[in-house]
Amino acid sequence: MEVRVANVRKEFDRFPALHDVSLDIRSGELIALLGPSGSGKTTLLRLIAGLEMPTAGKIFFGDTDASEKTVQERNIGFVFQHYALFRHMTILENVSFGLKVRPRSSRPPAGEIRRRAMELLDLVQLSGLEKRYPNQLSGGQRQRVALARALAIEPAVLLLDEPFGALDAQVRRELRKWLREIHDRTGHTTVFVTHDQEEALELSDRLCVMSQGKIEQVGTPDTVYDHPSSPFVFGFIGESSELPVTVENNELWIGGRAIGVPAGDTPTGQSRLFFRPHDVDLVEGDAALAGVVTTSRRVGGTRRVELEIGGDGHRVEIDLPFDHPAGEKSRIAFRPRRWTLFPA
Amino acid sequence: MSAAVSPAPRKGLSFRQPSVIPGFGLTLGFTISYFSLIILIPLIALAIRSAGLGPEGFWKAATDARVLGALRVSFVTALIAAGINVVFGTLIAWVLVRYRFPGRRIFDAIIDLPFALPTAVAGIALTAIYAPSGAIGAIFAPIGWRIAYTPVGIVIAMIFIGLPFVVRTIQPILEEVSNEVEEASATLGASRFQTITKVILPSLTPAILTGFALAFARGVGEYGSIIFIAGNIPFVSEIAPLLIYIRLQEFNYVGASVIATVMLLISFAMLFAINLIQAWSRRRYGYGH
Repeated sequence: MEVRVANVRKEFDRFPALHDVSLDIRSGELIALLGPSGSGKTTLLRLIAGLEMPTAGKIFFGDTDASEKTVQERNIGFVFQHYALFRHMTILENVSFGLKVRPRSSRPPAGEIRRRAMELLDLVQLSGLEKRYPNQLSGGQRQRVALARALAIEPAVLLLDEPFGALDAQVRRELRKWLREIHDRTGHTTVFVTHDQEEALELSDRLCVMSQGKIEQVGTPDTVYDHPSSPFVFGFIGESSELPVTVENNELWIGGRAIGVPAGDTPTGQSRLFFRPHDVDLVEGDAALAGVVTTSRRVGGTRRVELEIGGDGHRVEIDLPFDHPAGEKSRIAFRPRRWTLFPA
Repeated sequence: MSAAVSPAPRKGLSFRQPSVIPGFGLTLGFTISYFSLIILIPLIALAIRSAGLGPEGFWKAATDARVLGALRVSFVTALIAAGINVVFGTLIAWVLVRYRFPGRRIFDAIIDLPFALPTAVAGIALTAIYAPSGAIGAIFAPIGWRIAYTPVGIVIAMIFIGLPFVVRTIQPILEEVSNEVEEASATLGASRFQTITKVILPSLTPAILTGFALAFARGVGEYGSIIFIAGNIPFVSEIAPLLIYIRLQEFNYVGASVIATVMLLISFAMLFAINLIQAWSRRRYGYGH
């Protein structure tokens, strides 16, 4: 099912949480709403679910206007950060709940409900635990029950609100992979909210980066990572380093020295240079960015050093091979391999 | 060189686990002495006093028709009152937790008044209102319903004094049942009514049981407010605590302690049963997680 969010605005007590947001979600895709807290991503998800009503604008499910429909009528699957399981029910009862509460006319027979619930428990790899209660399961298992419960009603859209937010890093990575597999098998249109850019990049077909109630950029992980459309997106997705530069004679200058980076068609004047710490070449010679190491720490397979560039106290981070001999106060010259310029 | 003799592990009490929480011995000792002084010793004295009659005498005194009548009035009215309190107390707790309306704080504070009000005052006030000449009693008098001076009056007095127990036990648990659970139920297609009956009420069961037990115990033990409204007719509206008082007035101390002991046994059995059900449901649903 396609979902179209058309010019939606949402205010809480006159405080705007979303300004005029439009987003087309394609049928069958897995899309991430990514942003820092307060960016409006959860509000947008809850508006799609019908748990909140928009102040203005419309939401379409396929061609039908869902804006006026209640949450019950929208037939969505919603997974909460803190699972929200019914703790007085067994796992099986939790998963069958959505089918059992249907009106008699559309309710499958009891045997069929049970068969379907067991099938879903099998899909989420919890067969054999159907008689347990939620408090007897681990966090990761509970979230899988919550997903099975949401899938049981054959939802038009599956919505997940920070589904892995309450889990520890290890379980999180496992569930991430596993959610991707489930999505590939079931093909539900899925929207999930996260503040973890790594999770969004790894899991989604497309991601929608949000900030302060607005959509900053929508695109595939490659597009968003390689061609961020704004300084915010560059800084939020992946590691980034930033330096103020001057553009002159189609070259970038810092502190009166050319750094050997062409400016392309950026107009003459002040500008902001963004690059990724791992996307740099160490160079010998003059036309380069040069700085003095202020701190150095080991991050996984590389060594991340902070450099002070020029006399203005601007600091950037770059990655060096872990066995690079640079220590504190060493002088290092480098040039970004790829970079983006944003207007100052 | 001296062989270091490691002290043999001390054999302490087996239920004492090494713990960083200090003062186990002190606090347990204090608890037991306090509990003994305030509760256990008086209760044992009561039992010893009534045991003075011997088993046969005890049985005879306990199965006296007037005693049985009073016990029946006390326990039946207390059960009815606790049942009614559970229904409306849950409703009040729901309103207080889920809705924001002007005057909510004041309403919330008024709930506790029956705790503070001298029960005799409550009894007199209720009698004045529910007597056939009173404001509410006058409405029912023409159709032949008498409220004051009947067991119905006893139930009303017990409802009055028991209500805060139910509201105050359910309120915090209801606050804990997260909005998310209700939202989850709605997204799965459950109507408002189904959400309440299938999701919210079952998760409140342990709290409702506690509230019921407290309101029931309070009702059984109540004396001050009931004697004004009950009419105190033997076999009809005479409660057991009043009969104890009457026995004392007759200097029949043993008779009084027999009634008290029987009340104690029945109350204990009922409260213990409720506690067991509660412990079972708590364990199953994992409250406090």
